[in-house]
Amino acid sequence: MSAADRSLPVAKTRRQVPRAGLLLGGLVLLGAVAVLSIGIGAHSVPPAEVVRALFDYQGTDDHVIVWDVRAPRALLAVAVGAALAVAGALIQILGRNPLAEPGVLGVTAGAGFAITIGSALGLAGGQAGQLVFAIIGSVAAALLVMAVGRQSPLRLVLTGMVLTAVLGGIALGLRMMLPDAFDTYRFWSVGTLAGREQEPLALPLAAIGVSLLGALLLSRPLNALELGESVAQTLGAGVARTRTATVILITVLSGAATAVAGPILFVGLIVPHLVRRPAAGSVPWLTLYSMVLGPVLLLVADIGSRVLLPTGEVPVAIVTAFLGGPMLIWAVRQYGAGTR
Amino acid sequence: MTALKPRAAHRATVISAAFVALILGLGLLGLCYGASWSSPGKVLAVLTGAEHSVVILEWRLPRVVAGLVFGAALGVAGAIFQNLTRNPLGSPDVIGLDAGAYTGVLFALTVLSGTSAQLATASVLGGLLVSAVVYLLSSGGAFSGLRLVVIGIAVNAMVTAINSWIVLRAELEVAIAAVGWSAGSLNGVDWADLWIPFAVIFVLLALMTSQARAMHQASLGDSLAVTTGVTLGRLRLLMVLIGVGCTAAVTSVTGPIAFIALAAPQIGRRLVGAAGTPLLPAALTGAVLLQGADLLAQALLAPVALPVGVVSTAIGGCYLIWQLTKEVRRA
Repeated sequence: MSAADRSLPVAKTRRQVPRAGLLLGGLVLLGAVAVLSIGIGAHSVPPAEVVRALFDYQGTDDHVIVWDVRAPRALLAVAVGAALAVAGALIQILGRNPLAEPGVLGVTAGAGFAITIGSALGLAGGQAGQLVFAIIGSVAAALLVMAVGRQSPLRLVLTGMVLTAVLGGIALGLRMMLPDAFDTYRFWSVGTLAGREQEPLALPLAAIGVSLLGALLLSRPLNALELGESVAQTLGAGVARTRTATVILITVLSGAATAVAGPILFVGLIVPHLVRRPAAGSVPWLTLYSMVLGPVLLLVADIGSRVLLPTGEVPVAIVTAFLGGPMLIWAVRQYGAGTR
Repeated sequence: MTALKPRAAHRATVISAAFVALILGLGLLGLCYGASWSSPGKVLAVLTGAEHSVVILEWRLPRVVAGLVFGAALGVAGAIFQNLTRNPLGSPDVIGLDAGAYTGVLFALTVLSGTSAQLATASVLGGLLVSAVVYLLSSGGAFSGLRLVVIGIAVNAMVTAINSWIVLRAELEVAIAAVGWSAGSLNGVDWADLWIPFAVIFVLLALMTSQARAMHQASLGDSLAVTTGVTLGRLRLLMVLIGVGCTAAVTSVTGPIAFIALAAPQIGRRLVGAAGTPLLPAALTGAVLLQGADLLAQALLAPVALPVGVVSTAIGGCYLIWQLTKEVRRA
């Protein structure tokens, strides 16, 4: 049950309007940022022309750029941003840990490392192979971190950071040992969207789409779980089943996002923090808001990655770290670090 | 409470003695090991001046001494910050001091001429700047270690992003040198690089020893410390300066060596069985960790030498995970 359903009927009508309005505002913002992101780059296309290219394709140079390069890249950014933000929201809810997110808990690092190993062994060439390795890696990392960290938020974060550092160290060592086999590691070590729109990525994108839908379906039982296990059982939510399904969704979302763009930190931490207050304790709304705001954040970061260097591009993960830092500091000062 | 019971005190003595023996052994091994093996007898003869060897005195000795001193300095810096924040995650490498010091180093390399003194100064300034930023951002309201750590992690991510951006913008030669450095490495260290950082570290460690008692009292709790006559504000500022100075002095020579500062105090604390985060075990563990990691870094892929940061991360990390698992099982 959502928080709105639980409250009195009078309050319900008063509170649901701003929530839906905010969602609408978020969608409008997402559209505007997407158009901007499609327009800005080495060859800029004015926003009006972008809209014309999207809805009235004429085959001019600008239109070809929009359709073949920029729009697919924007689509990737939207998918990855939504996946990471929702994965972050789910982890925070499930672990009751405001500091958790796939990046901080080492799940994306595990996925990136598994893809590195897979491609060095020649097994992760295709998109199916990469997706499988990414998911195996994120499952293994999540299981390890949860087994070691258990219930303590702090210990979970500590374990995740240790794991990230260890995997990064091992990967760097492997790269120095076998430079040829691990050449691709450069990509998997720092997340980027540059050039990724040229790869066939239908499978991971489909996995993200299905998982996002699953997250929406799960958000109601999760809401019941938020109230405590006994309450959830009384309300008829299968506690164990909901937990397992959520963990599966988290690993698939972060694994698929990493398979698309490499490890990107902070999106999953920042977005749920930002939307926590407007969502007012309702998991479905938190999930929806994250789904909209995650893409906005990643699109903005991706625009930054294209304009920050006079030559070439900065990997987008570097930009998300830079954007994510101040936002996280603000969130911590605003809400406190949660559990003391 | 941090006061040791007789049995624990005995254990601390035994473990410290074992550490000293281990440090001497690892140091000797470091002097023997290289492209050609020198027998321990020859190394001792060279050290006592009976024989002369450029390889041992000019190549291996600075590296071994640097490994031990820097390891101890990182361990102490980690213990200081973990004590101040009362949080195992509040170590300099997590809250961005290493990254800030490294920004200073990158600035000295790309904008200035990059002499040893410039690197050390810029590195200390970078570390101080970041610690000031983290402190200011986390101040206001009641002090919370966890809040400081989270803000530190955020600042660390931002500063690391700036560092990557500087390297990407830099000219190719500088960029290649800086990338090799970004993992933290003792490769090619010689005496000329070491005088300034060593002098800084020794002064700071001496200062630290004189304040160890007050710091121990401070770790027992604010009110108790004030009752026993410790001026908390000044003590904390001094501790921060010492911790940042140690971290920056090391970073100016080796680049950011992750994980020694995080792992050494925690490992040392668990080995000694103390409740707080004592300094001496942290220093000794740091020295053992860094020197051991450097030996492995040289040996693993010989003749190619890995950056020591890679090995320190792998070893320290695995040990810490194992320790965390044990803690969970006991609880």
